[in-house]
Formats: sequence, structure tokens, C-alpha cells
Amino acid sequence: MTSIDNLIVTGKKATRDGFGVGLLELGRTNQNVVALTADLLGSLKMDEFKKEFPERFFQMGIAEANMMGVAAGMTINGKIPFTGTFANFSTGRVYDQIRQSIAYSNKNVKICASHAGLTLGEDGATHQILEDMGMMRMLPGMTVVVPCDAHQTKLATLAIADHYGPVYLRFGRPVWPIFTENLPFEIGKAQFLNTGADLTLIATGHLVWNCVEAAKALAAEGITCDIINIHTIKPLDTEAILESVRKTGCVVTAEEHQINGGLGDMIAGLLSRN
Amino acid sequence: MASQVRRDIVRMVYYCQSGHPGGSLGCTDFFVTLYGAYLNHSADFKMEGKGEDLFFLSNGHISPVWYSVLARSGYFPIDELSSFRKLNSRLQGHPTTHEGLPGVRVASGSLGQGLSVSIGAALAKKLDADTGLIYTLTGDGELDEGQNWEAIMSAAHHKVDNLIVTVDWNGQQIDGPTSKIMNLGDLPAKWTAFGWEVIILEEGNDIEKVSEAFELAQSKLHQGKPIVILMKTNMGFGVDFMMNSHKWHGIAPNEEQCKAALAQLEETLGDYIYVPNYKPFHKS
Repeated sequence: MTSIDNLIVTGKKATRDGFGVGLLELGRTNQNVVALTADLLGSLKMDEFKKEFPERFFQMGIAEANMMGVAAGMTINGKIPFTGTFANFSTGRVYDQIRQSIAYSNKNVKICASHAGLTLGEDGATHQILEDMGMMRMLPGMTVVVPCDAHQTKLATLAIADHYGPVYLRFGRPVWPIFTENLPFEIGKAQFLNTGADLTLIATGHLVWNCVEAAKALAAEGITCDIINIHTIKPLDTEAILESVRKTGCVVTAEEHQINGGLGDMIAGLLSRN
Repeated sequence: MASQVRRDIVRMVYYCQSGHPGGSLGCTDFFVTLYGAYLNHSADFKMEGKGEDLFFLSNGHISPVWYSVLARSGYFPIDELSSFRKLNSRLQGHPTTHEGLPGVRVASGSLGQGLSVSIGAALAKKLDADTGLIYTLTGDGELDEGQNWEAIMSAAHHKVDNLIVTVDWNGQQIDGPTSKIMNLGDLPAKWTAFGWEVIILEEGNDIEKVSEAFELAQSKLHQGKPIVILMKTNMGFGVDFMMNSHKWHGIAPNEEQCKAALAQLEETLGDYIYVPNYKPFHKS
């Protein structure tokens, strides 16, 4: 069973690097995968895909609305488009395009978004989007995935190609510990990283690592924690959460998102309904 | 066919007392010509449309004309036109895909999105060496939306030369003439400057002229440039009191007006039977 005692840090990379590696692998294994960017090729780590598959790579310029529509159109004959830009340009800027041309039309577009949340750092508040998960999870049919390290981001990138339907994949810029190298990834299935008795720590994205560190500090004080990595915000693995909270009776959530529409909001709603 | 489609449009909008007759009537000749003579399509609808030409309607509010032409081309039962704009109908006010209406490949209605989708479909066909073409219709008022100009620029950049876009250049939008609401300026010069092959169709309500424009457009395919037909139409064409004004953009005729309109339109193929509680088709 996974626990904080046997979670090994195998390196440090940005989650966006994991996306780049996953995309390149998809290029080699799935002829239908195509990639588009809105003038952020390097930031999204899509360079290698472009180099190896130039005919399947589309530079769309700083025009995200058009990029989303083009991606929607490409799905019609079976292509699996991966769009890559920053999280704020992947969501709020193009919400209506995603809503109508992708979500309501059930198009198999993978919206891949980097530079989400506070860990983006120096670019400041305009770019540190804290509303994107809420916006995306409201859309019908949209799957929302927020992996916690570079390895998991690679696995998530591979997994969403095999999952039919629109997906929002959220990752970021900071160089971050890789600690899930030996763990499987399944869309929609919560990942237990530790088992305890006193507290349920639920996190998504980068802050899963902070919860691991917090659990270690709490263990030193004799408080043991369940740690649940919610890498899939939607559909939410409600049973896993309820089971843990029934046991511990205490929950703390951690995420890079504002309260409205985020993970904490979802858990609070889930618990109040149950 | 055009006269019958116009009767369908008037009756559909009349029965549900809402919808957009003006642009639908104005684009009837375009639809009848495209589906009747130029679009390589199959009423045995498959979303992928491999090897076929695909049509996208960006100005989704003129759904009545599209639904009528699809039904009369065999995509779904003609009497289903009865369910236009009803709750749970496959014939939503603006086209959607989630109830699986044959012929519709993407939702439209929120304006300015269809051109981007068309470019994506065209690029995907090129990747697959699929010789099918992409045909798209947009409104002129719709060109106010900035996304169109992103799309127009990108189609030229990516040399999308398997795409024929038509603009319904009727000079009207909901609030009034385009010249007063948001002046489009020199539309042909703008498309030309963006790198498109521009064809001006002065008489978009004359089927022969529409055919000539399609012939000309087809002769310019696969030459590295996207093609646009700027098609002048008269909103409300075919019904004298609906013509030459934006007034009938989005309102339904009353009983008297409906009768007066139908009196001007010959019933050539038989009206559809209006079934007030048409049982909507649902995917199992």
C-alpha cells in the first residue's frame, strides 16, 4: 500500500515537461493525434512534437478563439487535437467557443493548459488563473484532469487520448518533485498516497506534494492522515472521498484555485449532500 | 424546390411563433443550389463524412432553411419540421448535435464560430488526403465578431484551399442596416487583403447566378488560397412584405401575415403535415 514512507522522489521537473513527453509519445503511437498552439510552442513544451511531426502540428498565432474552433473542426473526421496555451487563455478567454463548438457539440478536443494557479509565480495575477477549474467543470461532458507531478502529467496526457470526449488538462510551470513514478493513473479514480486515522487531506495538482510534506510533519506529532490525490476533478471519485471522511471525520483540502468552483467547494458540496 | 422550402420556413416560424424568417428566406436559393447540385453529400448521415463534402452553418439562427433543405434532401422525416423550436426537439432554434439530428456536425448560434470549425475540418481533410470539400455559410452582420478575422487570417496562412465560404451579404442585422450598426467597409477589399480569393455574387437570389458562382469557386480550388463568395441577397426574399428590411430578421408572422406570405409561394412538393405534438426522436 502506498504511504508517505515509501513515496520516493525520483527527480524534479515541471508538470509541463511531462505534457511535452506524453505528447511526443502520442505522436509516435497514435496517428490521429494533432497538436495546435497559440504562439506558446516552447512554453507548452510542444517543440519535440513539432520537430518530429511537422505535418500534424499547427501554429495558430495569438488567436485562441480560432484555435479552439479549428480544433473542434479537426475532430470531425477522427483527429484528436491537443491545444496548448496558458490556462487563462485556454478557458476564460475562449469560454464560449469551448461551450458551443466543443462541449455542447461533444467534440474530442484535449484542451491542455499550462501556467495555472499561483505557482506560475512572477507573471502575476493576470496570468495566475484561479477560476479555470470551476469554469471547465460546469461544461457538459467536460472531463477535468489536474495531475500532481511531471510523471503523472505524462500518464494523464496519454490517458486522455484514449478517452473519447472533451478534456481540460491543467498543469504548470514550476519545477516540482516527481514522486508518482511507480503509481498507476486512471481517469476518475482517486489516488490514495497515505492511509491514516485522524484527518483526510485532499489535494489536486502541485499541492498534493505539499500535503505529503504536511502529513509527514503531522505524523511526527502523532496525527495520521489519509492523503487523497484528486487528479480528476470531474468526474469526481465521490466514493473514495466519502469513505475516507466517514473514517476520519475531518477534512482539509488544498488547491491552486479560488474557493468558488474549486476542489474545496466540490468536497463541501459532496459532504453536505451526504 | 426553393418555393417549397420558403413555404416550409414561413410555416415553421408561424407554428412556433418564433424564429428567423428573414435570413432563411434570403438564403434559400443558396441552400437549394448547394444541396441540390454542388455538395457531394449523403442523406445516410455519418458524422465523419469521409470522402464527402461537409457543410457548416455559422449563422445558426437561419436554421429553418437548413432544416427544410435537410428534410427535403432525405436526412429526416419532413413532418419532423413540426417540432421546430419545441422542447426536446432535435430541431432546436439554433442547430445542435446532442440529439443527433442528421446533417448537423457542430452546434452554432453563438455567432462567429463556424468559420474556425470549417477551417479545422478542411485541414483535417487535407491531412487525410480526403478530396471532399468544406462549404460554409456565414452572415455579414456576423463578421462583427473578431473570431472571424482570426479565422480568415489563419485560413490564408495555412493555405486552406479546399474551403468555399459564402457570406450572406444582405446588409442587414437585427438592429438595422450593417452600414449603421457596424460598418463593414469595403468587404471585398478586406477579404482580398487577408489573402483570400474573392468572388462577388451580385444576385444571390437567382439560382442560375448562384450556380455560376459555385462553378467559378470550384475552378479556383487547390491553388493555395481559401475562397469566399460574397453573396448579395435580399433578406426576406420571396415574400414582398418581408423584403428590403431588417424588420423580419427575427420575428414570426401572425395568422394573417402567414396566409399572405403563403399566397405568394407556390406549393410545389407538398407541404409537410403539421403535427402539433410531434413525438421527438431520441437516441437510444
